[in-house]
Amino acid sequence: MSSWTDKRPMSPHVSIWKWHMTMASSILHRITGCAIYVGAFLIVAWLFAAAAGPDMYEPMAGLIGSIWGQLVLFGFTLAMSYHLLNGVRHLFMDAGKGFNPKFASFTAGLALVLSVVLAVSVWLLAGLVPGVDPLSIANTLLGAAQ
Amino acid sequence: MTKQSIRTPLGQVRGLGSARHGAGHFITQRVSAIALLFLVPWFLITLIGAVRGGYDGALIYIADPFNAVLIILTVGAALYHMRLGMQVVVEDYILKNSTKTVLLILNTFICITLFAAAAYAVLKIAIA
Repeated sequence: MSSWTDKRPMSPHVSIWKWHMTMASSILHRITGCAIYVGAFLIVAWLFAAAAGPDMYEPMAGLIGSIWGQLVLFGFTLAMSYHLLNGVRHLFMDAGKGFNPKFASFTAGLALVLSVVLAVSVWLLAGLVPGVDPLSIANTLLGAAQ
Repeated sequence: MTKQSIRTPLGQVRGLGSARHGAGHFITQRVSAIALLFLVPWFLITLIGAVRGGYDGALIYIADPFNAVLIILTVGAALYHMRLGMQVVVEDYILKNSTKTVLLILNTFICITLFAAAAYAVLKIAIA
């Protein structure tokens, strides 16, 4: 038996709602935010390992260079991209714009699609940084797949 | 309320609600978001590039004065934003007061510790 004795109607809970694009985007925003929180440990660990010297850096670099490390790094990039683009959407909504249901669903989907484009662009642009071999990542992936 | 109290209903709820910091939280969350809008794309591109450059590449990347300042700014703004965001998540889902308090304190400690570690690492490489 529930100890809830208040006769007034309760706010309906999440389980009875039909899934909407805007609802999914709001939940995904929070999930990616939490994922980035975990990822921040890895970024700081990388910086710290670089400061600690090659003995600590090399095992870490090996881990990042592995297929799983690359997947985590790309997943982190993707989570960041989504959170960033959907964050822009949130900033517009904070300013009172974009609340028309159809338009809100459209921008929610747009943020999702563009986040993939942004994440891939970031990885391609990362290859253009001077002194870095743009093909090394492809080789790493191919090497790990073989 | 199971126990009878001589305190009025208003008196019982005073001080239990808003800590009157809501607007500050809202604004700082968004200001840090705007800063990150510019810092994060730069950081991700250069960081992933540097990760591919081996140990020497990492040191060259971090030691560059321009990069060093921007890394500290990015990590600082990100951890600040993260602390505010995680605070909302904890406040939303953790109802038990003691657990909530412990997690909120832990959240603050984690973010400040990560910032100290990152700032130390960048400064050690950039200044040495």
